[in-house]
Amino acid sequence: MGPLIPNGIISFEWSSIIAIIIGIFFGFILEASGFSSSRKLAGVFYGYDFAVLKVFFTAAIVSLIGLLYMDYLGYVDMNRLYVHPTYLWGAIIGGAIMGIGFVAGGFCPGTSLTAVAIGKIDAIINVVGIMVGIFIFSELYPFFAPIYNGYFYGNITLIDSLGVNPYWFVFLLTIGAIIMFALSDMIRKRVKKVFY
Amino acid sequence: MKDKEQNRHVYWNPYFGGFLLGILIIFTFYITGRGLGASGVMKSSVVTIVDDISHEHAEQSAYYSKFLDENKSPMNNWIVFETLGVLIGAFISGGLAGRIGWRVQHSPKITRRRRLIFAFSGGILFGLGAQIARGCTSGAALSGMAVLSTGGFITMLAIFGTAYLFAYFFRKNWI
Repeated sequence: MGPLIPNGIISFEWSSIIAIIIGIFFGFILEASGFSSSRKLAGVFYGYDFAVLKVFFTAAIVSLIGLLYMDYLGYVDMNRLYVHPTYLWGAIIGGAIMGIGFVAGGFCPGTSLTAVAIGKIDAIINVVGIMVGIFIFSELYPFFAPIYNGYFYGNITLIDSLGVNPYWFVFLLTIGAIIMFALSDMIRKRVKKVFY
Repeated sequence: MKDKEQNRHVYWNPYFGGFLLGILIIFTFYITGRGLGASGVMKSSVVTIVDDISHEHAEQSAYYSKFLDENKSPMNNWIVFETLGVLIGAFISGGLAGRIGWRVQHSPKITRRRRLIFAFSGGILFGLGAQIARGCTSGAALSGMAVLSTGGFITMLAIFGTAYLFAYFFRKNWI
């Protein structure tokens, strides 16, 4: 059965319209969860608002469990889904640079776009900054190419690299997330409130 | 008006938002076979702008040329349409809650100028990092995690880990 477009059940011509519809829901959910506010996003790093942590991990776990179920029931073939490729040092170094950019700018690209949509000027500046960053990368590409293309392990999953059973892994991840949510509520009670 | 003023900072319960986002990711994978993304649109825009200014330069560059196609504009791309939707959806949500307006949001302890400088430099770092890691928080971390991608998990840990490590140095901007 699924995925529908790669398997030709929905014709390719529909993909742009479907993209817009999916985007509308994506933007709506992010904005309604408060992700258009950089001060709310940054709260996760200072302990006064853990919305990012809760939304992000709830979404990751719901989607993981849902996809595993759909694979198990035969609605979707997990092997046909696009798995983000693993370039080990690219992921680590790129992620680290993004982390500093996140806490400095208060936005990541998706949240920044939702804030642009409601007129936040700092988000517009942030998007311009992201484009400048991409421009710098592209112009200096030969310098970054070894990390960008190197240490490639293929489109691997944790099942390949850790040899774990996916169901057990997701179960433990869920328990871990619930503990993390409980801890985050305890931390928030101790941290001085920030109003924004 | 007063009612709207009070509701401005009332957001969804984060677990509800996360649950719906998770359902949306399942739906996206089910239909398209791939996840959500965000930084891709900015890459497409940069490629288009550079290509418009100097087609030769874009053709010669080892990076831009990956995304150039004689028959197709770099803006004719799934992620660009998805982003149009993101802007529409966020605008609807912000409009319903009365959050639309031109403003710079910053802590009262810092100036507007300082906020904009940090928003800009943070953006530069994020743009650079998202290219090195081949995706941002949406495309690499969130969509990667949904299919148990090793790279997705590593990127997620690197983003949040570093942000926590460096949070101390930026504390004045937020608390």
